[in-house]
Amino acid sequence: MTTFKFSKENAERVKEILIYYPPDRKASAILPLFELAQRQCGGWLPKEAIEAITEMLEVSLIRGYEVATFYTMFNLQPLGKYHLQVCGTTPCMLRGSEDLKGVCKRHLGIENKETTKDGLFTLTEVECIGACANAPVVQINDDYFEDLDEKSFLKILEDLKADREVKPGSAIGRQGSAPERRRDHAKGK
Amino acid sequence: MPKLVIDDKEIEVPEGMTVLQAAAGAGIEIPVFCYHPKLSIAGNCRMCLVEVKNTPKPVASCAMPACEGMVVHTNSAMVEKARKGVLEFLLINHPLDCPICDQGGECDLQDITMAYGRTSSRFDLNKRAVPDKEFGPLIETAMNRCIQCTRCVRFSSEIVGIPELGAMGRGEDMEIGTYVQKTITSELSGNMIDICPVGALTSKPYSFKGRSWELSHTPSIDVFDAVGSAIRVDTRGREVMRILPRQNDEVNETWISDKTRFAYDGLKYQRLDQPYARGEDGLLHPVGWNEAFSLIADRLQHVSGNHIAALAGDMVDAESMVALKDLMISLGSPHIDCRQEGSSVGVGPRCSYLFNTTIAGIEQADFCLLIGTNPRWEAPLINARIRKNYLFNNLSVASIAPIYPLGYPVKDLGDDPQILEKILKGKHPLCSALKAAEKPMLILGQGALRRADGDVILRLTQEIADKYGFVQKAWNGFNVLQTVASRVAGLDLGFVPDPKGYGTQKILEAAKKKKIEVVYLLAADEIDVKPLESAFVIYQGHHGDRGATVADVILPGCAYTEKEGTYVNTEGRVQKTLKATPPPGEAKEDWKIIKALSDKLGLSLPYATPKEIQARLVEVNPLFDEVDRIQPSSWKPFGREGDVNPTPFEFAIKNFYMTDSISRHSRTMAKCVQQILGQEKVHA
Repeated sequence: MTTFKFSKENAERVKEILIYYPPDRKASAILPLFELAQRQCGGWLPKEAIEAITEMLEVSLIRGYEVATFYTMFNLQPLGKYHLQVCGTTPCMLRGSEDLKGVCKRHLGIENKETTKDGLFTLTEVECIGACANAPVVQINDDYFEDLDEKSFLKILEDLKADREVKPGSAIGRQGSAPERRRDHAKGK
Repeated sequence: MPKLVIDDKEIEVPEGMTVLQAAAGAGIEIPVFCYHPKLSIAGNCRMCLVEVKNTPKPVASCAMPACEGMVVHTNSAMVEKARKGVLEFLLINHPLDCPICDQGGECDLQDITMAYGRTSSRFDLNKRAVPDKEFGPLIETAMNRCIQCTRCVRFSSEIVGIPELGAMGRGEDMEIGTYVQKTITSELSGNMIDICPVGALTSKPYSFKGRSWELSHTPSIDVFDAVGSAIRVDTRGREVMRILPRQNDEVNETWISDKTRFAYDGLKYQRLDQPYARGEDGLLHPVGWNEAFSLIADRLQHVSGNHIAALAGDMVDAESMVALKDLMISLGSPHIDCRQEGSSVGVGPRCSYLFNTTIAGIEQADFCLLIGTNPRWEAPLINARIRKNYLFNNLSVASIAPIYPLGYPVKDLGDDPQILEKILKGKHPLCSALKAAEKPMLILGQGALRRADGDVILRLTQEIADKYGFVQKAWNGFNVLQTVASRVAGLDLGFVPDPKGYGTQKILEAAKKKKIEVVYLLAADEIDVKPLESAFVIYQGHHGDRGATVADVILPGCAYTEKEGTYVNTEGRVQKTLKATPPPGEAKEDWKIIKALSDKLGLSLPYATPKEIQARLVEVNPLFDEVDRIQPSSWKPFGREGDVNPTPFEFAIKNFYMTDSISRHSRTMAKCVQQILGQEKVHA
């Protein structure tokens, strides 16, 4: 059986996280530690990490497993290098998230919860990720890619495949979630 | 004390009670699934919704404290609608496979749906499917039926204290399970079957064996340990189909151990159903009762009383022990013992072998010292009480014994008996905690008393108890944890050798040297039978176990489900079993066998009816008149001065699932040994 150990840097970070919790309530640190472990393991939380962290926090294994399965953002299976979280909730759906899923299917050959054979991409359809003004939105690892359409999404995928740098944020150059067009009519014109 | 009105009834309830409890007190029924009186409140099934005046929505009565001036309705139109709605949602994903479900007929969901639910379903989509889980050899799962009440999850984390079950996933995908296909290891796991309100967790050995309405119920007492749990024996015809707990808050609350619940299949195998005698060829041959008695009478004719001995087993009732004792006295033999393991303790005052604090009394203690005991295996329900006290009052527990996870934090002091001497001299770090405790208790296990220096340890422990205030005016914190059901009755009846007589060890030695010629084994199987090969052995019992292998004459007796017997539990509580099934074949009630034998020997014992033998018990010890009650015993000195042997303590029970002739022949218990103890070994 493989074992899980926090890297040297992360072990320091663990110490820091534990400061925020009283010693008899350290079980509450389970979420930040799982998150840290997930990051260290490349986006997923292996069984060994759950075991190591529950032992560290003196929580029973089953309680740790409950937490890990309750929160959908903990991934209990290995993922591709890029985790494509396509928002499928109403605003994004109305603005074309189905098309984005179509791109994944056509160009990557993956459906929801599948990973490409080269291990680069995993597609997950998620519920609202809170960027409705810039719908449709895809979260790729830690970054939001907004105002996408088939073309711009495909370009991002191609760039990622070719290991080129991609720019997070709006694909149509919108600033934050400001109005898409100048709202001249508001000035009476 | 708040006063409130429930369904136009004005009631006053103690502070801190919930609306549900208040209603139950007033005799008003509110249906529940997730609420259980012995578990914490979860409030997730929503079945107990009631209407409270001036609240806009229905309220979960199990979690709502009863407050002054509350006006509650449990049968208004709003409540009726809420109940129908809740049930309709619960049944959306319930398979409705009642005709093939073992819970059918005793299912809360079935009953409550009949009483409060809609007549038909409006749901015409696919139901969800949940894979069944593997919970080991005792619990069968059908997880499609689960309604996520989480009673089993709360049971394993609260009552057992070793959380093994949890709710995985969320929302519609929530499932109850163990951590990555792990078997449940608790000795109390069978209780999850009882508390499951639906058929998701059912008994594996009983699966598809019977229907609840076909069974006859007999209230009785358990004899697999010395706790004396209240049980209900369910039978169909001559067969014991299953064993369930009865509520007795003084002893077992509503729980029983897995051995109590599941070892009953041992009653079907390897039974002695007729008398046997060893022939010239060295093999046992079936004989009639008369022939068996004649053989014994012939053999005894030429033997003086001093060469006869008797040993009583771990599951025998008081009646047969007093009869055998009287018979041995008539035969002139002083060599009797009920302590098969060869211990020398138990001859002192009654307080020296009882659990004086009482099981319910554990809840008042504020410190507990375990000495040479593993209560989780020796008395799972006493362990559950200690756990309960830890949970509610944060009881501190320290242990002088090998390490074993008990389900609550234990300060491990090591397994060296000499620690006791240090504690007595005040030279141990634990002493300050002992001095500070107001109601300290200690539990002295058989692991400490079975040793050759058992009575020295007994004295030492008494001195510790005296020094640190374990015994006060209304509190006796000195406890001996007996492990076998017959022991306290045996000691109360004086089934021990008088000063001239031999104890177990000496009887075996003398038998080897042929000084003891005849040995009467009353279901005594836990001894080394090898030395008895040269003696004439009369074995009376219900199983062809160790004792029967060396027997020259076998007299078939009754198991605990087949007779009315008196047992005294480790607290000194006199309890009676009832006859649930007839014994197999020609087997007879044990004390009647001894009585019949005494007639044959011309030493007629002066009792022939159950009433008369009861009178004889009371004559020998008046305590037997006090059924279901505990007589406090006075505190007197006991034990022996001497030196403590530094050999570390060992546990008295090495294998929880097989401790006696019944559980050794139980296939269910064999599976437990293989799968549960086997798994623990792998994990250790």
